Amino acid sequence: MQPTVLQDPPRVINLGLASFAADLRAQGVAVVDVDWRPPAGGNPRLAALLAQLEDEPETPQTTEGSRK
Amino acid sequence: MKLYTEVLASCYQDSVILMRISGQVRQHPGVREVALFMGTPANQALLQQAGLATDAARGAGPNDLIVTVQAEGDEQAVAAVAAIREMLQATRKAVESAAEFRPRTLDSALRQLPDANLVSISLPGAYVRAEAMSALRRNLNLFIFSDNVPLEDEIALKQEAIARGLFCMGPDQGTAYLGGVGIGFANLVGRGRIGCVSASGTGLQTVACRLDALGEGISHGIGVGGRDLSQAVGGAMTLFALDALAADPGTEAIVLVSKPPHPSVLARIEAKLDALRKPAIVCCIGTPSRVTGRTVWVETLAQAADAAAALLAGRPLVPGVLSDAGAVRAVVAPAGGAAADRAILGLYTGGTLAYEAGHLLRSACGADHPHRILDLGDDEYTVGRPHPMIDPAVRTDKILEAARDPRVGVLLVDLVLGQGAHENPAEPLADAVRQAREIASRQGRRLACVASIVGTARDPQDLAAQRATLQAAGIGVLATNPDAVRCAAMLVRPTLRRQWLTEEA
Repeated sequence: MQPTVLQDPPRVINLGLASFAADLRAQGVAVVDVDWRPPAGGNPRLAALLAQLEDEPETPQTTEGSRK
Repeated sequence: MKLYTEVLASCYQDSVILMRISGQVRQHPGVREVALFMGTPANQALLQQAGLATDAARGAGPNDLIVTVQAEGDEQAVAAVAAIREMLQATRKAVESAAEFRPRTLDSALRQLPDANLVSISLPGAYVRAEAMSALRRNLNLFIFSDNVPLEDEIALKQEAIARGLFCMGPDQGTAYLGGVGIGFANLVGRGRIGCVSASGTGLQTVACRLDALGEGISHGIGVGGRDLSQAVGGAMTLFALDALAADPGTEAIVLVSKPPHPSVLARIEAKLDALRKPAIVCCIGTPSRVTGRTVWVETLAQAADAAAALLAGRPLVPGVLSDAGAVRAVVAPAGGAAADRAILGLYTGGTLAYEAGHLLRSACGADHPHRILDLGDDEYTVGRPHPMIDPAVRTDKILEAARDPRVGVLLVDLVLGQGAHENPAEPLADAVRQAREIASRQGRRLACVASIVGTARDPQDLAAQRATLQAAGIGVLATNPDAVRCAAMLVRPTLRRQWLTEEA
């Protein structure tokens, strides 16, 4: 399977350093910068449990190609 | 000196913002040290090691900001903490006034950008796996800048990515390029026909800039992270990226850059390269030059770019010892024998450039030479402090220290430009070298300095302006890192001049 990202322009979700989002925007890239906080108020065990419960994609996506 | 700690609850900030604020407040009068950390377990351990852990700090959680200030007295400490609070507030206001809705989760971000195809992650390492796995399950490619990601997490993420036909670039990957767009610490380069796979951020930056200088460009630069070619990860993403670039119609030749891989991984890569339908140039720094089938193996990053450009131009690569012998001669000739038999001190911000310098010095001077190459981006120098590409303070301190060391005759440095890097790194470097020379000359010594720059004319810092600033401070600026290393070697070992400069004449 080949990553289609080599053919499409990058469209980025940024988790972390805000400066990375700004640098991408300056290059004309579509970016959404997530206001990320440690999950479960910073409790790692609770966060791991939550991750298991919540980690289902909202919209079913079978292949990257369908994400056009 | 007293140590003050304050914990600001529910005050999450990213590490670049925190480093910037601590760097500024460290300059305040009477303030010796400032450390701003989120109270993650990893940071708690760092504070403990640094002897900065107090009861208040120990009680902080990952969402709480630990402010520690070492100051001469109460007054200075209170002023420093007040300044920190003010700067945090200003940062928050700036974000709020940008009037941009910032989603709190990956799914809400996807509602805002439903055709996203890449997630860039630069979170503390312990949080990476959960977020990255969520991204892969939503068929999104990954660029992971974070370090301190457990090895088993990296293996699991790469397996999942490959099964889904997605890139997992990193963890611990500083730079990538997709379709001409630079991600992370990246120079602004022209788009071209050469695809890169790199286990190193500065390695990729160096190749991309050299190609830009040669009038070529990269199609994509797939960063795979420094551990990809280890035995445990097995080159998984490197092999996947080689296949992807081989199938990419915009890529005509492939450059692979890394430190020497584990032997078992090297064998797999050789087999993959043999089967590729495109020519490849490989630089596993330190492995000897050779040609196998359609693959050309070269010794240095600059040679990798030179070989790729020559290949696409249909001309043979003529490997010389020096890229620009005239520029090297112009630095070496006026120096005479002032630095003969003294030591070289390499003060690098780019880890792979430091590694390359170490390899070239061993080749030139033998294994037991007196020279030292420091990678100032290494954890040893950056605990609680910004990376020297962002904040030059660590290198400035080392340069001034070297000025007082009678053994050191030559300073050897890199200067990395591009997005993410310091806005004007040449100026503090030039100032530090000027000061160091004054200190050395008061003790009756001369101190030479040679540099190479990783940058392009399009970079925000402007390559020509940065070069001019260094040259005005009497720093010899060479075309490539190998030229700078060999120039330094010729300054301390005049016999090498006869060998290398005559050969090039």
